Amino acid sequence: MWRRLINSRVRERLKRIELPFSRYDIDPYGISRDHLGLFYTFLDGFYRYYFRVRCYGIENVPLRGRAMVVGNHSGGLPVDGGMVLASLFFEPEVPRHAHGMVEYFAQNWPFVSQWFSRVGQLPGLPEHAIRLLEDDRVLMVFPEGVRGTGKLYKDRYKLARFGTGFMRIAMRTQTPIVPLAFIGGEEALPTVFHFRKLARAVGAPYWPVPPYGIPLPLPFQCSIHYGKPMQFEGDGNESDQVISSHVEQVRNRIALLIEEGRAHRKRLLPWLDGLREATGNGTREGS
Amino acid sequence: MKVVITGISGELGRMVTHRLLANGHCVLGIDRRPWPDAPRGVKMVRTDIRKRPAEDVFRSQRPEACIHLATVTHVTTGPDERYRINLGGTKMVFAYCSRYEVKQVVFVSRHTVYGAAPDVPLYRTEDEPPLAGWTFPELTDLVAADMYAVSGIWRWPDTATAVLRIVYTLGPSQRGTLANYIRGPRVPTVLGFDPLFQFLHEQDAARAIAAALEARLRGVFNVAGPSPVPLSVLCRATGRKNIPIPEPFFTRVLGRFGFPRLPPGAVGHLKYPVVVDGSAFQQAAGYSHDFDESQTMESFVYT
Repeated sequence: MWRRLINSRVRERLKRIELPFSRYDIDPYGISRDHLGLFYTFLDGFYRYYFRVRCYGIENVPLRGRAMVVGNHSGGLPVDGGMVLASLFFEPEVPRHAHGMVEYFAQNWPFVSQWFSRVGQLPGLPEHAIRLLEDDRVLMVFPEGVRGTGKLYKDRYKLARFGTGFMRIAMRTQTPIVPLAFIGGEEALPTVFHFRKLARAVGAPYWPVPPYGIPLPLPFQCSIHYGKPMQFEGDGNESDQVISSHVEQVRNRIALLIEEGRAHRKRLLPWLDGLREATGNGTREGS
Repeated sequence: MKVVITGISGELGRMVTHRLLANGHCVLGIDRRPWPDAPRGVKMVRTDIRKRPAEDVFRSQRPEACIHLATVTHVTTGPDERYRINLGGTKMVFAYCSRYEVKQVVFVSRHTVYGAAPDVPLYRTEDEPPLAGWTFPELTDLVAADMYAVSGIWRWPDTATAVLRIVYTLGPSQRGTLANYIRGPRVPTVLGFDPLFQFLHEQDAARAIAAALEARLRGVFNVAGPSPVPLSVLCRATGRKNIPIPEPFFTRVLGRFGFPRLPPGAVGHLKYPVVVDGSAFQQAAGYSHDFDESQTMESFVYT
């Protein structure tokens, strides 16, 4: 019954996706083909019509084999995660399904937990990351974690501290890192303050409150910019100092992609500048 | 090889016996329960493993190997008796094995000892600590027995000890923890959760135990079967209907409306997956399963 809701574009892509589905259409990690179809149909609506995402540099993501896409976490809700998944599914020649590394708290919520596991969005554990990469899957990583999505609007596009775990795993599994910048999420859901009590009540790390009250993202145009893959040699057992300097390289590359992406958007959407002046934040933009 | 099997009258014990006899081994059995139609040549001693006649089997027969299957679960047995049988019994069996120089012990444990929780990985390896004592209190006695058997690996270096953490078994015998849970036509599940379930055909489980014995394994091994499937698919493929029940009411409906009786600790195992990586065992014992997931589920179709 639900299967009929899957749109033809997704259906066509699902036929070509390279996942080891069993005769029950389940892969070894519990991904279900039907759930995947509904999931991408849902994301497709947002990707094409709501956020009207423009994707650049998708050729930097390998069509086969392991890869780690690493980006900035942008906006009060992780809409960037959904849009990055959609871009990897819809844009390349061969559709790729990426596994996100989800915060543990989401596993406690009914339905959310079930859906996440049926579409391969597993709890963010190093064991999962290593196993998936060794299985030649694509991993989607936001090394800022909740530090990134929990940013306030005044701190938009300023990269928070990066975790270093992803680098050790990439080196250990010899995985190329594809850096990406996600532009637009911060304007789509500008967080002006955090509702701490409510967050605690539902077991979430934060509860974003935008100027208009309800934490729903606005239909702001977004873009994704993939950069050239970066490969780091080693076995992942290097000292913290070595790892941190590698992480810093990735972070700088992402910062550069963000800068380019924002400059590009300025050319496309010059009226944004007017908006910025109106909110009194125009002068602080360049940082 | 002369093999003594404790808990031989259980379904798994019987299947292991047939397999060992077919492979040319000599089988002795210890169980409190009778096995009236035991094959000829199987020497049965009806006694409790903690009692004197059980020790006498080891003393007089001098078996070379022991398969310890005499453990019980919350499905059949209360907590006090569970501790006495699972922990007390396992301690005695290991004592007999070291005292009478048994060369190989296979302890059959369960993959559920790893425990289910929101933040545990899929495909857990043998390095992972068993958490079930925390997540599922009714399994604590089995976790303790498992850990005791694991300690036997270094405690008695002259005896090769293999601890097999086997996934749920399904099959025509309709026995076992999973079979007990999904026995009826309607299976209660927790609304909004649909964990992966990992199971093995009971004949494959028996074959794995025999393989561990014949390969003279030493160490802890997960025994997994075909790819895991979500609980909802398991229900559908076995001709049952899953009835999602909101968690606050879940424990209240258990044991009523034809639903199975489950301890409160089981709820976690119906929300989160316990999935293990069985590759180490496959490699060490040269074992692979014969029945895939659909054949296994078809063997347990509701009629």
